[in-house]
Amino acid sequence: METTLAGHAMETLPHVTWLGVLIKAVIILAVISAIAGFGTFIERKVLAFMQRRLGPMHVGPFGLLQLAADGIKLFTKEDIVPQNANRFIFMIAPIITAATAFIALSAVPVFPDFTIPEFIPLLGGTFVPSIAADLNIGILFVLGMMAAGLYGPLLAGMSQANKWGIIGAARTAVQFLSYEVVTGLSILAPIMLVGSLSFVDFNDYQQGGIGSWLIWQQPVAFVLFLIAGFAETNRTPFDLLEHEAEVVSGYATEYSGMRWGMFFIGEYANMITVSIIAAVVFLGGYSVEGIGWLFIILKVAFFFFLMLWVRASWPHIRPDQLMWLCWKVLMPIALINILITAIVILL
Amino acid sequence: MGLEQFKNRNVGTQNYTKLDVGVKPATSMDQFKQVVKRTFKGELFVGLWVTLREMVNALFLDKMHTVKYPFEKMPISPRYRAIHDMLRLLESGHYRCIGCGLCEKICISNCISMDTRYDENQRKEVTEYTINFGRCIFCGYCAEVCPELAIVHGQRYETASEQRASFSLFEDMLTPIDKLNLQQEYDGFGAVSPNADANIKKTPLAY
Repeated sequence: METTLAGHAMETLPHVTWLGVLIKAVIILAVISAIAGFGTFIERKVLAFMQRRLGPMHVGPFGLLQLAADGIKLFTKEDIVPQNANRFIFMIAPIITAATAFIALSAVPVFPDFTIPEFIPLLGGTFVPSIAADLNIGILFVLGMMAAGLYGPLLAGMSQANKWGIIGAARTAVQFLSYEVVTGLSILAPIMLVGSLSFVDFNDYQQGGIGSWLIWQQPVAFVLFLIAGFAETNRTPFDLLEHEAEVVSGYATEYSGMRWGMFFIGEYANMITVSIIAAVVFLGGYSVEGIGWLFIILKVAFFFFLMLWVRASWPHIRPDQLMWLCWKVLMPIALINILITAIVILL
Repeated sequence: MGLEQFKNRNVGTQNYTKLDVGVKPATSMDQFKQVVKRTFKGELFVGLWVTLREMVNALFLDKMHTVKYPFEKMPISPRYRAIHDMLRLLESGHYRCIGCGLCEKICISNCISMDTRYDENQRKEVTEYTINFGRCIFCGYCAEVCPELAIVHGQRYETASEQRASFSLFEDMLTPIDKLNLQQEYDGFGAVSPNADANIKKTPLAY
């Protein structure tokens, strides 16, 4: 994956070297996994505050080192593979989730571009791009990768020889069949307006201040995309594939240690990806001059907080309700939205 | 008043107040209307507001629920039967126990054992007094029967121990003589807890 993406980037952007892309990939991997770990901490804190509890308190200042404690715990736990499980698929499934989440991030603008200062040996003067691979079909690639990420839960649930896992896998299929249509259709209308599938074009389209944000032209698509994004990341109103009260832990029932942790990292990386897409496509993204990069962080943080907020507030729905919602309500609305957008563009 | 109204199970003949559960949509148009109504009702945002309000309350208005237990403790009710205390007379500092032996007699788990003798003034003097807290069931009879309010239940409720048998001696339970001014009087059964006023809440069913 790495070499092909780097090769593609070299064709489209001549000043981006393979070294820059490699550095960018390492930065994304390191920072996003750190943020994903930090996200679990933030989630526990925010949920605690919303229930008037304190959350993690005792490990380090404000419980910050709870992250390290959890990491040590995950790494030192025994890696159990159940007796009747399909060993290979069982062991590779979490890697699919985590890997696809990070591959999706390779085509998403994360952090501003910068040049490594000259005084650093070996790497000095390397230009590190904002996007690891500036594909001209970025949105398609990201959505496809996030969809492929659902193979993780699906295979994990089917391979583990556990009833709850099977139910979790079945629910994964249900969820996958439901939201994916809405995701694609909801983002189609903004794509028609901008006329490109590249995130950079989306970003450039909305550079004229808050008034030029696509959310004002496409509020319906924005809401639909948010709903589908929640389903895509298995967040609370649609967390039916691992809902504790019903299916123990769903597809992750038999997992332990770092393999289970990889599902978590994948989920949080996906949350960040969806937040970034929502921020870039609908809320104006980033601007290169000044502190424009700070605003995208704020926007992404808002969407991340929204996901935690929703988890604290709303009950989750049944699988049949999810299918009903996606196929009978959201998909017609998305189609009508596309139709109206098309008519407006033609006029 | 007889029991007739409770025995009559024919629903509809009594004066019941029925809950308004609404009407189920009959036609598909009604169903559609219901969906639209529920979609645009904004109840989801009410839910979001509730959690945000609680977060603001907790973070900025000091309404956090958590008690950091080993560091903070809630005041316990005077009715709580914790580890026993032996109280002293406030005037003389002498222990209140007169060695009558009622607590030993009434103890239903036979965990109190005491030995007394007459001192030079022909007053009863306690020579041995132990409570086996491995046997004690904290029924509170000893404190209830004590005519001098000498043995009472104190505030120590953390009774975990490494051994099953843990004997407490008279001197261990007796108020230290240098802390006599801190000795707390027993409020008596039926007394309310010190934070009773703060605990008063509107019930969730106050409709």
